Amino acid sequence: MSDITLNTAVSRVPGDASAPREAPIRTTGAVAWARQNLFGSWLSTAVTLLLGYLIVRWSIGIVEWAFLNAIWEVPVVNGQAQTQACREIKGIGACWAVITEKHRFILFGTYPFEEHWRPALVCVLFVCLYVVSAMRRFWNWTLVPIWLVTLTVIGVLMWGGILGLSYVPQERWGGLPITLILSTFGLAFAFPLAILVALGRRSKLPAIKMLCVLYVELIRGVPLISLLFMASVMFPLFLPEGMNIDKLLRAQVAITLFAGAYLAEVVRGGLQALPRGQYEAADALGLSYWQKTGLIILPQALRLVIPPLVNTFIGFFKDTSLVLIIGIFDLLTAGKTAIVEPAWQGFGIEVYITVGLIYLCFCFAMSKYSQGLERDLNRHRRR
Amino acid sequence: MSSSTSDPRFSAAGPPRRPLRLSWGDERLRGIVWQLLVVGLVVSVFWWLWSNTVHNLEVRRIATGFGFLQREAGLPIGESLIPYTPADTYLRALTVGVLNTLKVAVIGIILATILGTLVGIARLSHNWLLSKLAAFYVEVIRDLPLLLQLLFWYTILQGLPGPRQALNPAEGVFLSNRGMKLPFIEWTSVHWLALLAMVVGIVLTWLYARVARAKQYADGQPRKVWPAGVALIIGLPLAVWAALGAPFTPDIPALRGFNFQGGITVSPEFFALLIGLVTYTAGFIAEIVRAGIQSVNQGQWEAAEALGLRRGDILRKIVLPQALRVIVPPMTSQYLNLTKNSSLAVAIGYQDIVSIANTTLNQTGQAIEGIAIIMLVYLTISLSISLFMNWYNARIALVER
Repeated sequence: MSDITLNTAVSRVPGDASAPREAPIRTTGAVAWARQNLFGSWLSTAVTLLLGYLIVRWSIGIVEWAFLNAIWEVPVVNGQAQTQACREIKGIGACWAVITEKHRFILFGTYPFEEHWRPALVCVLFVCLYVVSAMRRFWNWTLVPIWLVTLTVIGVLMWGGILGLSYVPQERWGGLPITLILSTFGLAFAFPLAILVALGRRSKLPAIKMLCVLYVELIRGVPLISLLFMASVMFPLFLPEGMNIDKLLRAQVAITLFAGAYLAEVVRGGLQALPRGQYEAADALGLSYWQKTGLIILPQALRLVIPPLVNTFIGFFKDTSLVLIIGIFDLLTAGKTAIVEPAWQGFGIEVYITVGLIYLCFCFAMSKYSQGLERDLNRHRRR
Repeated sequence: MSSSTSDPRFSAAGPPRRPLRLSWGDERLRGIVWQLLVVGLVVSVFWWLWSNTVHNLEVRRIATGFGFLQREAGLPIGESLIPYTPADTYLRALTVGVLNTLKVAVIGIILATILGTLVGIARLSHNWLLSKLAAFYVEVIRDLPLLLQLLFWYTILQGLPGPRQALNPAEGVFLSNRGMKLPFIEWTSVHWLALLAMVVGIVLTWLYARVARAKQYADGQPRKVWPAGVALIIGLPLAVWAALGAPFTPDIPALRGFNFQGGITVSPEFFALLIGLVTYTAGFIAEIVRAGIQSVNQGQWEAAEALGLRRGDILRKIVLPQALRVIVPPMTSQYLNLTKNSSLAVAIGYQDIVSIANTTLNQTGQAIEGIAIIMLVYLTISLSISLFMNWYNARIALVER
């Protein structure tokens, strides 16, 4: 036994133990990070190099198209924009002149030009309303008067006719305010409806339960477009003769009914997630159904589903763009109409990118907010 | 023992029913009154709308009924899976629309699933660049309205050069503002038979896999299924094709005059709709796939490795079956969404059921019937997809004791 150990000891190169050993591979710092996350294996290295090449190439192409070769302004002669320069660089550079020229139209549609401060103020008010609603310290009954007052002010600003504001008929509204009005009013009305339907679907009363199931499943089974068509084509047939509701309101009703069904399912998820003990404890306290629901169940159930609710809100904000198909003048329709003019035909890409950026701002803010909220609300659950 | 079973607390009948009291304090009576009120309200609202509608239809002299379906449509349809001319009936035109909707939905669902799964896996990649890129894609694509994306793609496809200067990214593939041209083979009845043979092969492979699994349960010996599978699914159609003379005539598109002849055409409308639907839905599917894979406990990987399974086997036999349970229900709603979103085709002029029904109701004035047809078609499709996915979900669901 000792021979063997001796042999192995001897076979080692003399002086090896004293030779300086190589330093261990770095595990901190930029190089180590890159080695681990970008060049971890042969495959990873290949992917990094390929993606890096493509990203650099596309970035250069995009910067050249959008900035270096772009045209920001074109001369206007006799009210006609001279877009020859833009046509010459088509495919090589962007023609942002269409935005410079048409941004007021895209944002506010055919609203009287001198009165544009009113829809602009409306948009600011909407954003403030969203920000206030997003703050957790306002999550109580104070939100109701805040919403009522803001929505009234918005109505006054858009219509005018009082307080020295000139009257602007609804047909002339357009652009971003319409998108915000459709989505905000739609959700404001759909949300109470959704809570009622969700409660109805969980109800022990068979007839009410069946009505709610029927409503939710029918609406969720058909596309929003069919409801919008219904609102624009069939709705006038439903009403008694002489009674007329304008197109925007009809679309608003369709969107509200549609959103109600989807939100009801989200709320129902929260109601189901609540432990039975909460229902039983409320019953044991002798609370009536509405006391139990309003004081015990809903506050907890809604808190559980806030993140999916925000995701549904994002969905509806995007879906309001569908009113383009029935010819209501929202942001996307305004963008599409801006390039109908012969001088600007063919510059759709620039307009759609701009409109897309506006949508992206709203939706990205909402989605980041919902992610942060999810982290905050789940903090007590994580260990 | 017998005394405990006769204990009234354990009897299945529950507490004895009290007789109905005529007082507001009686819960059952309250329930009945509420239901009567709500149902009465809903019925009266619908009755009011119905009577208004009947009156309005009389005043405007619109005949109701589906008789118009047998009339000549006279509306041209660009692409159709079945033979169609404007001289055909509205019924046939609407059938063409339904088939077009199904075409884009089926192809879209398959492609979106593939792309979404790839992006979802890429988001979990250890490569920082790849996972960030996937995250960026998912975030941006989900924050833009689908309609905007469709218009964007359609504008890009419209901006392509004409057929004479068509882009030619690969041999026989041409991209122009008239759409995409792909090479194909001249399709004969022999090819149909070969396709049929492939379906037969798939069914036989499935049966064979079942038998093999039953045998494995009996004696514990694993049996290889894939050699027989390859032979049946690929070999059988090839054999049929070869036995019937192996007809093969390539049909490559070529420029003649002002447009291309030969090959198969993907219209710009269909192409834009497909790109839009696939990239949009893939963003949502990627998140579902990522959440599904992440939902499987790390311990499952480690336990499987400890058993000596190979990585592919771990993924196939341990992780995926568990991840699928989380993935399938939200995936179903994404498939339904894609199908319903295909109705946006009307905005870019792809003639799906909504577009054709809309034209029909404009031509005939049969608004109620037209919208009823649209809704009926989508309800049927939605119901079929959810039934199938529910069946599949029940099959893969966790069997608990």
